[in-house]
Amino acid sequence: MPELIVYGIVLGSIIALGAIGLTLVYGILRFANFAHGDLMTAGAYIALFLVTVLFPWLDIPDTTFGSLSFGWRMVLAFPIVMACVAIAAILFDRILYRPLRMKRSGPVILAMSALGASFIIRMIVLILWGADSLFYRPGVLRPAIELPHEIKIRPDQILILVTVLFLVALLYLFLKRTKMGKAMRATADNMELARVSGIDTEKVIIWTWGIGGALAAAGGVLYGIDVQLHPGMGWHFLLPLFAATILGGIGNMYGALIGALVMGVAQQVSTAYLLPTYKPAVAFMVMIIILLVRPQGIFGGGRA
Amino acid sequence: MEIGGYIAYFVSWAIWAGIFAVFALGLNIQWGYTGLFNIGIAGFFCIGAYTSALITTPKPTGIYAQYVQQIFGLNLPFILGILGAALVCGFIAYLIGYPTLRLREDYLAIATIGIAETVRLVFNNYHKLANGPRGLMGLPQPLQGLVDPRHYDYIYLVIVLAIMVVIYLSIERAIRSPWGRVLRAIREDEIASAMSGKDIFRFKMQSLIFGSMIMGVGGALYAHYTKAISPDVFTPLYGTFIIWIMLMAGGSGNNKGAILGAFVIWFIWTIGAKVLTDLLPYTLKARAPYIRYLIIGILLEIILIYRPQGLMGEEKRISKMID
Repeated sequence: MPELIVYGIVLGSIIALGAIGLTLVYGILRFANFAHGDLMTAGAYIALFLVTVLFPWLDIPDTTFGSLSFGWRMVLAFPIVMACVAIAAILFDRILYRPLRMKRSGPVILAMSALGASFIIRMIVLILWGADSLFYRPGVLRPAIELPHEIKIRPDQILILVTVLFLVALLYLFLKRTKMGKAMRATADNMELARVSGIDTEKVIIWTWGIGGALAAAGGVLYGIDVQLHPGMGWHFLLPLFAATILGGIGNMYGALIGALVMGVAQQVSTAYLLPTYKPAVAFMVMIIILLVRPQGIFGGGRA
Repeated sequence: MEIGGYIAYFVSWAIWAGIFAVFALGLNIQWGYTGLFNIGIAGFFCIGAYTSALITTPKPTGIYAQYVQQIFGLNLPFILGILGAALVCGFIAYLIGYPTLRLREDYLAIATIGIAETVRLVFNNYHKLANGPRGLMGLPQPLQGLVDPRHYDYIYLVIVLAIMVVIYLSIERAIRSPWGRVLRAIREDEIASAMSGKDIFRFKMQSLIFGSMIMGVGGALYAHYTKAISPDVFTPLYGTFIIWIMLMAGGSGNNKGAILGAFVIWFIWTIGAKVLTDLLPYTLKARAPYIRYLIIGILLEIILIYRPQGLMGEEKRISKMID
């Protein structure tokens, strides 16, 4: 059981990267971005392209760091992937969502557009890579570190936790200390009021998509390192992402972080009693319970 | 292919389009008239198909029981299978609607995704329910002994089209009643309808249940046409997305549009696929289905931005008495 909780925290930290982006987009643009899981998929597969196709072609060495399962290629790929997906998310907004926003379409129409976008991303991944599960590094033995209470953890997983912690801290500083961060928080609070106070809300929206996309990409790559890559991975992440977002209260970044950890632990601990394939169903059940008991989320005081 | 082959192909094509039209009509009640965002059609599709299969097949006995597990098998006629499918889907819709219909409109969408995934996982993994991933086979077909099995499709086409017309007429009737006017009032302005003393939650729930029951009928029609079902069919791609495109393309809020959209998109889907597969180089042929979905996805985005009312748009006339 302690081992499952630790694995749950690792999974939860990956979910958190998606959920924080989702809750920012949800809070500022006020629609359910059903393509958020597939932004994670896009990140994971762009990294696969860099690590297995582009970097070998550029003769970047393939050595790994100590007992980690990856090396310079992945370290180099990581920021590039985050930038690529951030740009992709912004482009999706410009091409698909902005015209709808300009026409004052309702949030449901925007959510439908996002659903279409999620299918487009997944189909591109399927066309380019096929439907099989893939790995960044197939067949590598990854030794585990033994901790007390019979907890076995892989060095990769420790590094995943560190990376997530670093990215969340970076985002915290950005939102608290920079002018754009403050503008984002103001827009999330009240877009009309932010606009009349002279905040360029379109610019805020671009930053929101950029940050949301970059974090989702990071989450996708880390999941690829931890488990595997699959075209449906983003779709399977969608339920835990939304469950975490709702649990934490929509628009609340810290709530999403806590919600994600809860969802990660709930999903991993459930494997002690249920088949692991039921994980999305577990996320769904937790979400239904939240909706029945406290639909505004743990930290959300506002309307649901 | 001789002329008979073309006709047989067309009949089979029309059966599929008719089944999808039933789903599009069900979605039209929920989305077109009430504004409920159900993106878990695949779940109702799946439940409808399996319920009817379990009701109409006998429980396997003897050596056969070692290979096929099913929780029950009632061996009842087709019509009871369809009714059962509708009832079970209506009940599941109630269970989803209860926690979500009082909340923000997008919560229903998330919950319907959840139920669709959960249903598929349960049918896939709980083998005692309906034979797990191998699914059920040998489903009976109504009026089977009447004609040569080679010509059976004609009979099934008549059945599908008859059910489609009955559903069409009943929705047309319902939507022009005071009940239907409340639904559209809720879609347009929830607060104003609540202030007129309408119980929003109850009307939304009725609409969700009504639409889902029709989807259950669609699932049953599908199951008895293919005669074999397995959980891998009811994916969000095939079970949900294509039906949404059909309704959006035809015109949400218009029952004729829903039917037209189903036939038009099914035409693009099937004929387009043939042309596309022929055009693709050999190495890409295996990926042709994904390219099809990609094109359909892009089509949805184009419709949303440039022609949100679809081909037909909503019919504005409410009563024949008013011009």
